[in-house]
Amino acid sequence: MTTQNPDDVVAVPLKHPWRWVSAVILLLLGGGFVWSLYASPNIVHATVIKYLFDPQVLGAAWLTVVLTIVSMTVGAILAIILAIMKLSHNPILKFIATLYIGFFRGTPLLLQVVFWGYLGLIYPKIILGIPFTDIIFHQWKTADLLPSVIAGILALSLNEAAYAAEIVRAGILSVDTGQGEAAKSLGMNSGYTLRRIVLPQAMRVIIPPMGNEFISMLKNTALLQVIAVMELYARTNQISAQNLAQVELLIVAGFWYLVMTTILSVPQNYLEKRYGKGFSANSTKFRLIRVRARGNV
Amino acid sequence: MSQKLMLDARSIRKSFGSNEVLKGITLSIKKGQVLCLLGPSGSGKSTFLRCINHLETINGGRLYVDGELMGFEERGDAIYELKPKEVALQRSEIGMVFQRFNLFPHLTALQNVIEAPIGVLKISKDEATKTARELLAQVGLSDKADHYPSQLSGGQQQRVAIARALAMKPKLMLFDEPTSALDPELVGDVLDVMRKLADSGMTMIVVTHEIGFAREVADRVVFMDAGVVVEEGTPSQVIDNPQHERTKAFITSVL
Repeated sequence: MTTQNPDDVVAVPLKHPWRWVSAVILLLLGGGFVWSLYASPNIVHATVIKYLFDPQVLGAAWLTVVLTIVSMTVGAILAIILAIMKLSHNPILKFIATLYIGFFRGTPLLLQVVFWGYLGLIYPKIILGIPFTDIIFHQWKTADLLPSVIAGILALSLNEAAYAAEIVRAGILSVDTGQGEAAKSLGMNSGYTLRRIVLPQAMRVIIPPMGNEFISMLKNTALLQVIAVMELYARTNQISAQNLAQVELLIVAGFWYLVMTTILSVPQNYLEKRYGKGFSANSTKFRLIRVRARGNV
Repeated sequence: MSQKLMLDARSIRKSFGSNEVLKGITLSIKKGQVLCLLGPSGSGKSTFLRCINHLETINGGRLYVDGELMGFEERGDAIYELKPKEVALQRSEIGMVFQRFNLFPHLTALQNVIEAPIGVLKISKDEATKTARELLAQVGLSDKADHYPSQLSGGQQQRVAIARALAMKPKLMLFDEPTSALDPELVGDVLDVMRKLADSGMTMIVVTHEIGFAREVADRVVFMDAGVVVEEGTPSQVIDNPQHERTKAFITSVL
């Protein structure tokens, strides 16, 4: 393998001086920024450290994780339903899905959060009955039914569903039509085909952008501050309103957001591997065999 | 007589928009027979094959498989579309092998074969696996059961696809140019499997360009062109002694 051939190319590698220059500039800038944080008289390090593991802050960070996971799960389930509706041949289902996606993508998330948070002001009571008649099965006070955490989850998941529906639809469309035909020819019905044949293959395309959505969702939970959900941003804000250490608590919140987004990126790698099975680019088994095959030649 | 026919197609018409692809195809085959459909590309032979298991909905005529009207139900003078569930049941009794294999890439060879028997026929996993291993042995791929389709050659994939179709215990097998996407040296293995299947008494309809296979295995050969049946008969009639100019030209060009 390492035997020298007389016609081997032995050349002096090309020099890349600009890589070195840019690396030095980057190092200076980055180092300067870190130093400024460390040396600034306006940042009290003791305060940062004190609140980093404060039980109130940790509790709020935990709530942020729960809000993210619940909203994302509900959003993803709704997204699959919406995507199927939009791809269906039923014109009414298609219309409803298009309208839904248009509405929830077309208005700011902040506006939607406030809407669900203050729903009680618009509709003090929620009534289950038949419209335009006196028939009422049951009624609730909106405030009882929708505490701010639930309103927040509703806002985030309904909004997420609209975005994720398009991701799921793209995933389903990416699967070769021959797959559906093969499934049909084997007597599989459309529901079974979707569940067992199309969606598992669509997942390859769906997962990477859904990872993005997951991280966006985690950060968007900060919007729930406006309806008084005590998640991480709201809690650190509340603490700094009392002790006036705004910058320190922003650093604390930023630190935990970074930790959480980093940890939540781990399952993505796992899922990508799992659903990449059988597709050559991701199949390690296949790679080994190819290497072996080459070795034999 | 008519109940012994496996396929009874009467003046089948099919259009895509204003383009009429099938202009009244009448064809029938008996149980246990092998029919080869020959013809230039665009002659409508693949479309006809896809009409048999209702992957395409016909615009005219009547198509019976084993005495049963495909995709529709006759009640009095009117005919009604069948529910998707009923169409699925009809399809489950007809095996199909595609030009591009269409194996499920996220499943291993074995999983490809057991998926429909378990999900559609509700056979237990143990029993389905046992049958699947026998079928994979039958197509010469016992050692590839745990390979994904991407790890198999085209010829191996097509043989898994045949095993997958056979796992449903079909009464009729449809082959849509099963060797057209294969490297020349891999065609033989697939044709061997099909030959054995024909010898075992399976009723088969094969769209193919393999004249040698048609001559050797087919009970009947049908030559189609531009949406009509030009000539049909035994292989020796159609292939070795064609009567029509179009058939003659086609046979000369592919031999």
